[in-house]
Amino acid sequence: MSAPVILSRRRALAGSGALILSFAALPPALAQNAQPRNGGTPASAAPPLPGDLKKSPLLDSWIRIDANGAITVFTGKAELGQGIKTAFLQIAAEQLEVNLDQLTLVTADTGRTPNEGFTAGSHSLQDSGTAIMNAAAQVRQILLEQAAQRAGVPAEQMKTENAAVVAPDGRRFGYGELVSGEILHVRAAPKSPLKDPQAYRVMNHSIGRVDIPAKVTGGAAYVQDMRLPGMVHGRIVRPPSYGAKLASIDAAAVEKMPGVLKVVRDGNFLGVIAEREFLAIEAMRALAAAARWQETAKLPDANKLPDMLMGLPAQDITVLDNRQPGAGGGKALEATYSRPYLVHGSIGPSCAVAHLDNGALTVWTHTQGVFPDRDAIADMLRMPKEQVRCIHVEGSGCYGHNGADDAAADAALLARALPGRPVRVQWMREQEHAWEPFGPAMVVKVKATLDAGGSIADWDYAVWSNSHSGRPGPAGALLAARDLEEPFAPPPPKPLPMPEGGGDRNSVPLYQLPSAHVIYHFLPTMPLRVSALRALGAPMNIFAIESFMDELAAEAGADPVEFRLKHLKDGRAREVISTAADRFGWAARPRSAGSRPSGRGYGFAFARYKNLAAYCALACEVDVEHHTGRARMVRAVAAVDAGQVVNPDGLANPIEGGILQSMSWTLFESVTFDQSRITSVDWATYPALRFSAVPDAMEVHIINRPGLPFLGAGEAGQGPSAAALGNAIADATGRRLRDLPLSRERIRTALAS
Amino acid sequence: MRLNVNGKTHEIDADPRTPLLYVLREDLQLNAAKFGCGLGQCGACTVLVDGEAVFSCVTPIVLLANKQVVTLEGLGSIDNPAPIQRAFMAEQAAQCGYCIAGMMMRAQALLQKNPHAADAEIRAALQPNLCRCGTHMRILRAVRRAAQTMQLAQAGAPR
Repeated sequence: MSAPVILSRRRALAGSGALILSFAALPPALAQNAQPRNGGTPASAAPPLPGDLKKSPLLDSWIRIDANGAITVFTGKAELGQGIKTAFLQIAAEQLEVNLDQLTLVTADTGRTPNEGFTAGSHSLQDSGTAIMNAAAQVRQILLEQAAQRAGVPAEQMKTENAAVVAPDGRRFGYGELVSGEILHVRAAPKSPLKDPQAYRVMNHSIGRVDIPAKVTGGAAYVQDMRLPGMVHGRIVRPPSYGAKLASIDAAAVEKMPGVLKVVRDGNFLGVIAEREFLAIEAMRALAAAARWQETAKLPDANKLPDMLMGLPAQDITVLDNRQPGAGGGKALEATYSRPYLVHGSIGPSCAVAHLDNGALTVWTHTQGVFPDRDAIADMLRMPKEQVRCIHVEGSGCYGHNGADDAAADAALLARALPGRPVRVQWMREQEHAWEPFGPAMVVKVKATLDAGGSIADWDYAVWSNSHSGRPGPAGALLAARDLEEPFAPPPPKPLPMPEGGGDRNSVPLYQLPSAHVIYHFLPTMPLRVSALRALGAPMNIFAIESFMDELAAEAGADPVEFRLKHLKDGRAREVISTAADRFGWAARPRSAGSRPSGRGYGFAFARYKNLAAYCALACEVDVEHHTGRARMVRAVAAVDAGQVVNPDGLANPIEGGILQSMSWTLFESVTFDQSRITSVDWATYPALRFSAVPDAMEVHIINRPGLPFLGAGEAGQGPSAAALGNAIADATGRRLRDLPLSRERIRTALAS
Repeated sequence: MRLNVNGKTHEIDADPRTPLLYVLREDLQLNAAKFGCGLGQCGACTVLVDGEAVFSCVTPIVLLANKQVVTLEGLGSIDNPAPIQRAFMAEQAAQCGYCIAGMMMRAQALLQKNPHAADAEIRAALQPNLCRCGTHMRILRAVRRAAQTMQLAQAGAPR
């Protein structure tokens, strides 16, 4: 049912109804000049539009209604497995007063949808969901007024139901018949007639996700499942290490293999195209065996990561400085925390299909940003942007900037070499593990003093990190582009600005601190290729802050939950904390060693993601096996406040997922490398969470806030999960571990000391 | 060679060394079994061979003469889902869903043999399969739900 939709732009336009007289996804400058018909105040004087209506202000960029009544909702965001398709449909159905199955949703496509940048940072509901909600409410109002005019009845007496406007005398006007000319081709107004949350019949209901039935019955659901007529298979031979040069390759034998269509070499970029997939893999292996590389990479000492990072040249960014003279005379504590490089490690390696047809290139990709990816590919191929179209099709779970964009570039290069045939490229497991941009390693140093009353008097925090974004836009962000005969240089790394930040994301505690200093040592030099991994710097900063809060609470002789509440004014923060604590039974947990099973420990943590998105608090229980050092999360209870809830179960799902994914990072994961090569290249050399480590029980309690703005929640669970685990292990063992991962070996070593 | 998949015999024109996964996906155009690692480490490619869960990515077709291969498509369809498929829908046991077909086949292999499998047996059976989205709690709930349905079916079946 959610099979990839393949429509040419021309067909899309020709096949649709009355409303698509002009292309609504105008560039922002042009859109600003669009004739305002909806009230008529000039854009500059109006208050800002809600969500991504700011970027694409025309209503029919988001919602189109054909004369036959077909309703299409457009979003520039992409389904990454987080369930946004269903949430967007619920929002649109609610505000339009239609049923879910009366809607078609079109997601990120440079040929059809608004440009909403990247689907990242838990922004989809805040930006696109808000835009769709307001656009839908305004469309409904326009239709209502249109029907009122036709009926000769005041609009207030008309009502909408089931895709029609109904007059008091029972006359019905279907949405399709009300749409004429360009009545929806208008600028959005700043305010929308939104429905009263009390009247919701679709939003705030746990409706089953629209993509799941196909996924559990073998339907075509992923870019990996695409089979276009005449499609062939490509594979890439990647260098053995960063920056390696292809010294020589004798491809003659591979070119002669029956079914091999082409060996493509451009500088250090080497790929092969074959009629069948397994043949492409065999040809790739034969090519790899024939290739001679000149390696130059010098990787740092993997055993001294924190020192290495702190020794790199840094650009210092003051995140917060409200230091008070004389603060900090009391008892002082200091600690250093670190995390290693992490892979995204999607279960399905990155994949793309590209097709060069009559000079126009189409790329089906699971990128997080079809527009920036399109720009980068066009730049790399030196083609005009208008000749390149990127269409998002779901891939395997996306936890940030993985190999998706690179695979799209690979497919584009192979498709250019074989015009007329769609080329499908999928990476091999070892390529994904070694070549995707990793989540950066990080170090945090924190110092604080307690006053006589056991409250924090002074806070001094420093975080060291590479950039958390090396995303496309420029061609040099693409792996293949760097390998071409005429290579593109990687763009210079830049820190992401606060308030969301990158390495400094969540580096400012939400707690009341009378005197505080937070500095970000941004490290432009990147020994390993890095970019955005889910929640960027937040999990590490929250791990450090929340571990340290426990250390301070212990020093103050306070309960960890009470210590946090003592330093918090924000009512919503306090409520998630007390909810998680109550539902867990925090106050009644066995505290003394004698009253609990040996090896048991209890941990708590809290954060508001980015200090501006969802609130999440988590209590957990761990079991630590003394003789092996193995730690297992036995039970976890989370409380989440994500503002107005669209789909309670759809919200709980990624929160549960975030807790478990972060547990995997925290206990098991670490990229390994020697002096020149990445050595964690599969699931044997890069162990991750398996079922034996899964908790016995997990609860997610959602605090709904009717009518309040959506707060992004897709990445809210990761930080609290890491920190609560660390705190529980410390509680169980009496040893505070500050370097991630909290591996068996480290716990066993700590217990032996 | 001849290959029996989902109850039908297919004449396959492929190198006998070809792993089953590629034949399923390319020759038979079946989507459920997925390429994850090609190494038998993640389970995304899991199918049943004579009722046993196997990694189709490392099983050459030459080994499969006279054997019954069953993929997720062979259990049920979107219109007529099998108990395991109904259970995964009811529990909303997927995020990205890429690992899920393999999870379901691994669980199916267990429950066909023992619909009364205890929680520890379910976890042990699923150990070879990786999920990166963290859907494990829901997967376990879905397998337990499917087990209940299959227990009832077994109890109701003529002896």
